[in-house]
Amino acid sequence: MGNASSTLTQYDIEEVQRHCNNLFSQQEIVSLYQRFCQLDRNAKGFISADEFLSVPEFAMNPLSQRLLKMVDGLNFKDFVAFLSAFSAKASLAQKVEVIFKVYDSDCNGKVTFNDMIQVLQDLAGSFMSDQQREEVLGQVLHEAGYTKESVLLLDDFIKVFDHANLKMEVEVPVD
Amino acid sequence: MSKLKSSSSELDLDRPNIEDYLPSGSIQEPHGKLCLRDLLDISPTLTEAAGAIVDDSFTRCFKSIPPEPWNWNIYLFPLWCMGVLVRYLVLFPLRVIVLTVGWIIFLSCYIPVHFLLKGHDKLRKKLERCLVELICSFFVASWTGVVKYHGPRPSIRPKQVFVANHTSMIDFIILEQMTAFAVIMQKHPGWVGLLQSTILESVGSIWFNRSEAKDREIVARRLREHIEGADNNPLLIFPEGTCVNNHYTVMFKKGAFELGCTVCPVAIKYNKVFVDAFWNSRKQSFTMHLLQLMTSWAVVCDVWYLEPQNLKPGETPIEFAERVRDIISVRAGLKKVPWDGYLKYSRPSPKHRERKQQGFAESVLRHLEEI
Repeated sequence: MGNASSTLTQYDIEEVQRHCNNLFSQQEIVSLYQRFCQLDRNAKGFISADEFLSVPEFAMNPLSQRLLKMVDGLNFKDFVAFLSAFSAKASLAQKVEVIFKVYDSDCNGKVTFNDMIQVLQDLAGSFMSDQQREEVLGQVLHEAGYTKESVLLLDDFIKVFDHANLKMEVEVPVD
Repeated sequence: MSKLKSSSSELDLDRPNIEDYLPSGSIQEPHGKLCLRDLLDISPTLTEAAGAIVDDSFTRCFKSIPPEPWNWNIYLFPLWCMGVLVRYLVLFPLRVIVLTVGWIIFLSCYIPVHFLLKGHDKLRKKLERCLVELICSFFVASWTGVVKYHGPRPSIRPKQVFVANHTSMIDFIILEQMTAFAVIMQKHPGWVGLLQSTILESVGSIWFNRSEAKDREIVARRLREHIEGADNNPLLIFPEGTCVNNHYTVMFKKGAFELGCTVCPVAIKYNKVFVDAFWNSRKQSFTMHLLQLMTSWAVVCDVWYLEPQNLKPGETPIEFAERVRDIISVRAGLKKVPWDGYLKYSRPSPKHRERKQQGFAESVLRHLEEI
């Protein structure tokens, strides 16, 4: 699959499908490719941060900067793999993994109190003081059996979201 | 791609609440006591962001949607090939000739009129008006334009402006061949800019520069001055501020609606079967766009001159703009989206993000008090 080509062969589609563990149908992959080419204005083979931010709905999102770190510069295969966690067929574990990765901004596999505070900061902006954030987080952590010094791993997150009804689905428009 | 700057707060005043249109309730309301899961659950926000990556209503407005290819079988393909030959080798040269003849006639009349009748302003204006209508008719003929006008022809009266949806710069030419409007346009470089500063000046046009914020006050003043004048040409404004793909309308800027005069809506809809008239200024220069039109079969469109509207008592200019946008969208069969066309050139203001953050913070703090 060349960088600048605007057509996908059947081989390309199957390769992408394998890479995302068959979470998207072939038609959805073709639609996603059209979308990818639309966002990637000069056919570089990846979408730059600026091009993501040119979508106003994305730029307005409080977590846009964190997500940008995860999607900036991805080629099409990895782009689909990233979005596959949002497919209706994705498992709970996969969705929790994306949530974990958003918290774990330094990608060391551990989420600290500070990491969680920072995400809260993104979500609440200037409408919550530092003290309020620490208080609320400290309280819910304590109730769940953790402390402020606790370091959460992916397994901890999976435990927290166990049996949760996580609605994290995106519909790919298929023409 | 150059860095986009965040739009100034001035542009915020132009638009009504986007939140009224976008799906709300993005941050989940925790039920009962707040637990760790509720706080860690960023899935609604993530879903919104992923949804925007996959498809968003803003980018849709500027997508050139190609018509269904019909030349896909063994009988139709040779027919299509013949069509291509006819269009490029027969129609195109004929059209170039028509356009050249038109320009020769126009310039040989316009230049004398412009310079020799300097003293007789009224007569000169009248003749220049007719000549501009003439050259626009030649342009329209050079694309084999088939335009059906519905509704009463615009009249030259003070205290009125015309607003229309915008698909391409040819919108202006199509309307101009029927009535010599004065127009307010972005100043363009190249030969278009030359035409703007010479010929369009004579019909009384106003220029603005999108990227200059101070420009707005000057332009607003010139607009007001223009509509006061009794024999100025009627003013045509495209309140979307940018070209949209003729399937959607973006939000109208309120500038045209707070002048305290009658607003006459005009709806334009192109028939895509013949050619897609959307000028995707990111993909093509205007010259390429014109060449594309000149090598297609025809430009077919409908123009509806709709009932003049006035500001209703108790209505704000923004509500007025939305009401007129509704009228135009319904008439031309376009879908409305809640975005400002200028987001093509700048980022959304932080106000929208702050709204979401405020909602989230308030719901968490409320539960903090309950704990």
